Amino acid sequence: MIAEIGHFALVLALAVALAQATVPMIGAARGDARWIALARPAAVAQWACIAIAFLALTHAYVTSDFSVLNVANNSHSAKPLLYKISGVWGNHEGSLLLWVLILATFGGAVAVFGVNLPPSLRARVLSVQAMIAIGFLTFTLFTSNPFTRLSPAPADGNGLNPLLQDPGLAFHPPFLYLGYVGFSIAFAFAIAALIEGRVDAAWARWVRPWTLAAWSFLTVGIALGSWWAYYELGWGGWWFWDPVENASFMPWLAGTALLHSSIVCEKRDALKSWTILLAIVTFGFSLLGTFLVRSGVLTSVHAFATDPERGIFILGFLVVVVGGSLVLFAVRAPKLKGGGLFAPISREGSLVLNNLLFTTAAATVLLGTLYPLFVDALGGGKVSVGPPYFNTVFVPLITPLLILAGITPLLAWKRADLAGVLGRLKLAAAVAGAVVLWTIYRYWGGPGLAALGTGLAGWLAAAVVVEWATRVRLFRVPLGESVRRAIHLPRAAYGMSLAHFGVAVLVAGVTASSAWKAENLQVMRPGESVMVGGYDFAFHGVRSVPGPNYSAERGHFIVTEDGRPVAELWPEKRFYPVQRQPTTEAAIHTTWLADLYVVVGDADGKGGWSTRIYHNPLVPWIWVGAIIMAFGGAVSLTDRRHRVGAPTRRRAAARAMAGAAGG
Amino acid sequence: MKRKRRRLYTVLIGMATLGVAAALVLTALRDEVVFFYSPTELTERPPPPDMRLRIGGLVEEDSVRRADDGVTTNFRVTDLTTAVSVSFTGVLPDLFREGQGVVVEGSLAAGGLFVASGVLAKHDETYMPPEVAEALKKSGKWQGNQ
Repeated sequence: MIAEIGHFALVLALAVALAQATVPMIGAARGDARWIALARPAAVAQWACIAIAFLALTHAYVTSDFSVLNVANNSHSAKPLLYKISGVWGNHEGSLLLWVLILATFGGAVAVFGVNLPPSLRARVLSVQAMIAIGFLTFTLFTSNPFTRLSPAPADGNGLNPLLQDPGLAFHPPFLYLGYVGFSIAFAFAIAALIEGRVDAAWARWVRPWTLAAWSFLTVGIALGSWWAYYELGWGGWWFWDPVENASFMPWLAGTALLHSSIVCEKRDALKSWTILLAIVTFGFSLLGTFLVRSGVLTSVHAFATDPERGIFILGFLVVVVGGSLVLFAVRAPKLKGGGLFAPISREGSLVLNNLLFTTAAATVLLGTLYPLFVDALGGGKVSVGPPYFNTVFVPLITPLLILAGITPLLAWKRADLAGVLGRLKLAAAVAGAVVLWTIYRYWGGPGLAALGTGLAGWLAAAVVVEWATRVRLFRVPLGESVRRAIHLPRAAYGMSLAHFGVAVLVAGVTASSAWKAENLQVMRPGESVMVGGYDFAFHGVRSVPGPNYSAERGHFIVTEDGRPVAELWPEKRFYPVQRQPTTEAAIHTTWLADLYVVVGDADGKGGWSTRIYHNPLVPWIWVGAIIMAFGGAVSLTDRRHRVGAPTRRRAAARAMAGAAGG
Repeated sequence: MKRKRRRLYTVLIGMATLGVAAALVLTALRDEVVFFYSPTELTERPPPPDMRLRIGGLVEEDSVRRADDGVTTNFRVTDLTTAVSVSFTGVLPDLFREGQGVVVEGSLAAGGLFVASGVLAKHDETYMPPEVAEALKKSGKWQGNQ
């Protein structure tokens, strides 16, 4: 009964979305206030319907209702409650429902919080949002209905893939989707602006908080995914340049470019068409990612339950959405009034360079990801493009970006004094130089790129501090005055500093863990020990322990450094009888400067076990850096100027004028 | 005039960046692309030694042997027409099993032994790497969604 309510609610949501997509759009064209007014209640109603459907499916999972096909295929009564709930989106149909729920949540949020948006713009935004919802609701209802019944109901379900029975599943997909789908708002704003034929500083200010939120969520989502793969796959790696990873990384790169170009759009009333195009491209990448992950056209280490036929629907939808938007863009963009003049040496000039590099990086990732498909389609056989390609291409593109990230915040708008700025950055350059020399001295004979990486991290971190010190005029005015200035700095400024600092931390983590990782692979008998990365790992045997729905072989390691105890590690090899599938659970001890990572493998039948031990320097910094970046985004969101819908068109225009005159 | 010149600079910088990026991409694609071979192709027209490549197929039944060092595994990858001997030092993925689809990356050593640097097995029961399906189709042994 409850499953039928869920199904019915989903059908109702489609009907509401159809009304929401058409009526307000026509109303906005005709200037009919009553038709326009339908947009907000419709968006909220659509959200409510999908939320009911989602709750209905969750109910089926929690109560283990195996008369629902989706539950029978993907759940089991003996599964812990957490995995019954997260199992809702641990499969194609359920995760699609989560996708649609988040889409509707963003639409509802615009309807509720976008109080100060002009009604016609809001109506058009919600209408575009509903069009996307129609596509995905149709897809869900006609090809991937999660509420299909199964008769007779089996006594128990097939269970969830053991690799997914992990807290990672509870958090990674929701955050990733909040990011992916969040960019649909920027997209809807872009299409609405093209239809209205009007893009100005106020528009940029309205879009910015949504982009910022989506970007922060996506950053967390990617970091969580990488962390999950790191501890669950048991290979000690955190990024494989796998197609599924690239699928989430491309919208991130384009979204980061969008975040920066919308600042220029807001402050200088320029780069308008470009910002619109980026909004379209970013959401296009999100859809492309959805397609790549679900269609299984590319070999991936992370691919689950893929289905080529369903992929074709998403591909078709992708073509319609991106093709349609680009046609609209081609027709309407030339009518958008161009912005102010650009001096090459200025903050906006520097941000243009940033955009150029980010979009080029996104394009190279796209090319590398899709290249195997092109070659295959042209009859060139099956090929794969792996980490060497991405490392070769990516490092030269990211290096100037990191240098630029240190300089740009110090440049003035309109026309900047580059020599003066570089003079102020002498300290940062000195820090970078010192870090490079230390790296070369300490790791003589190691990879040359390591010195570049640590140097860039040092440069960026120091440049962030220099920029902050410049803003508060540290040591140039009395300390009390600096403190007063620091308190009154806009939150957006702190957000930017935090985000850039997070990048520096992340770069340090990526560099150190790639360059100085130590790996040992051996057979160990109980009582034996092995030295890795300066730590002594003593093996104390393996014993069997039962789990809630698995049995495990648990190894025991005692780690010491120069005789002092450091940690006890308990890696496991689990066996899930329902799926007849083993999983590896790595044991990780972090000192925050390095991870000690231990995996126990199979017994060799002669009293020994194969074990793998890694010493991964600075790996935790990767996730800490990503969290700092996302936290910077959140801090920036709390800035009074970014409060959703806060600016009215007149005030923002006045501010843009004042900013231009005073800049 | 000034505006036009500025636009020209912007375009030139853009073209330069794209040019550099294109050069990088083309070099990297020439050097770093890994070609896929089915076991039959590998035997019929062997690639130059030490070239990185991928092979795919099923792990032949009763072919998995653990070497004496305890960390090297020898097995055979088959497209059900031809089988190739593979040697891999490392810990295999959890779902590596006899009779299952597998993609192996590495290079061909002397004597026709394939020395693997990485082994990809599928994450769940319903996923078949496209390369494996392709290898089985080429050898005519593909039976739908197995």
